[in-house]
Amino acid sequence: MRYSSLSLLKEGLQSHKGWPAAWASREPKHGYDVVIIGGGGHGLATAYYLAKNHGVKNVAVLERGWLGGGNTGRNTTVIRSNYFFPESAAFYDFSLKLYEGLSKELNFNIMLSQRGMMTLAHSEHDLELMNRSCNAMQLNGVPADMLSPEQVGKRAPALDVSKEARHPVWGALLQERAGVARHDAVAWGYARQASALGVDIIQNCEVTGFQMSGGRVSGVETNRGVIGAGKVGIAVAGHSSVIARMAGFRLPVYSYALQAFVSEPMKPVLDTVILSPATGVYISQSDKGELVFGAALDLYASYAQRGNIPVLEDAAAGVLEMFPSFSRVRLLRQWAGIVDVVHDSTAIVDKTPVDGMYINCGWGTGGFKAIPGGGYAFAHTIAEDDPHPLVKPFSFQRFEAGAMIDEAAASGIAH
Amino acid sequence: MLLINCPFCGPRDENEFLCGGEGHIMRPEPYDKVSAKEWASYLYYQDNHKGVVFERWRHAYGCGLWFNIARNTVTHEIEAIYEITDPKPDLERR
Repeated sequence: MRYSSLSLLKEGLQSHKGWPAAWASREPKHGYDVVIIGGGGHGLATAYYLAKNHGVKNVAVLERGWLGGGNTGRNTTVIRSNYFFPESAAFYDFSLKLYEGLSKELNFNIMLSQRGMMTLAHSEHDLELMNRSCNAMQLNGVPADMLSPEQVGKRAPALDVSKEARHPVWGALLQERAGVARHDAVAWGYARQASALGVDIIQNCEVTGFQMSGGRVSGVETNRGVIGAGKVGIAVAGHSSVIARMAGFRLPVYSYALQAFVSEPMKPVLDTVILSPATGVYISQSDKGELVFGAALDLYASYAQRGNIPVLEDAAAGVLEMFPSFSRVRLLRQWAGIVDVVHDSTAIVDKTPVDGMYINCGWGTGGFKAIPGGGYAFAHTIAEDDPHPLVKPFSFQRFEAGAMIDEAAASGIAH
Repeated sequence: MLLINCPFCGPRDENEFLCGGEGHIMRPEPYDKVSAKEWASYLYYQDNHKGVVFERWRHAYGCGLWFNIARNTVTHEIEAIYEITDPKPDLERR
């Protein structure tokens, strides 16, 4: 069924009893041309673009838990492309452009709200580096602007821009096209269209091992039996090393817990996204009125999706440094996702040492904004047995060649 | 919050410490015979194991010394703490 205002009106008159399931829940078949491991945003988008762009429709997406129950449902929903290096800018801006047309393409309202994002400068030196970033973005064809403290204060009246602030605001880098989207809707939208194109979405299906023949992957062992696979695509974020270990190789990845926090709902007070590199805090307000914020990674490698207290304290303190008036706001929920962090904070989309096996990992703390681009490029990588030009620099080879794309240092992202 | 028993200072809060990543990694030798692939593996690749890992930690805001921790990355339980030059303890790998 196509979603439209007409179908909404029709269903409204029938007490919403006629809506069909958005995607079909299927039993696994004996085998598929492509098996995607991981039913998060990247896995579902990959399946969708395999079917749509490459005509590969005999595809299964295996998800250990429920769709979008990992990092796709655990992030702070920020979408942006304010990167420094040409390789990153090209990829992330492509992803942002796909996001801009995604509600229409998927016939599913992902509630994209391009409310702009300000990255604050807290000193003269910050400001100089930020001007450099702004120039780099413009050279890479990504529109960006610098704002004065007065302009920052005007866009975010609740933000403390006074000279007495612990971290005074010297200016900000603005990406007007950045914003937020409904994270669950991105997973559900891709799942619905992938399913409509014939992709089998199999939840509660945990991969436990691989079957190989002659150095090539031939099947996936799961808790629901063996599923034959012509090719296997891995898109499991924080658990990439676990799956790679089953296939007999290692990755240049550490898994950390990244926490996110939601406050009780309030009246509208913040209609943009703000990042303060000094405290590592990024914050926005959801459509429901909750403050949604996050901060630094937890301090050590972890597979526990809960997060630790010291980082929570730092995040809360950072929010209050920026917004003293939020001091009586109570936190409603807190959670953590396990993110796969690479040394240079750039992802890996490439073939693996095993024939017929491909991997999409290393998005670290910024995987959500990369979903459409990541899925698009990974589908190409699997279908053509060759990385898409946009992700060619995101290869394993760069660790041997020293061709790092060191966004961790360059773009002043929180982590 | 972890309570970490520094071998030199005794039990302290986790935010006095820095985690230095996986330990017991040997630098490949001799340097002029090491391939780019081996260097990459030594510098950037890790087990990133889900279960018990053996890590180097530093009591950064205390004595400043390095030591080793065997820690479970799922439960965060500390299985063993031993000095930086000690061999890997014989824990059953979980």
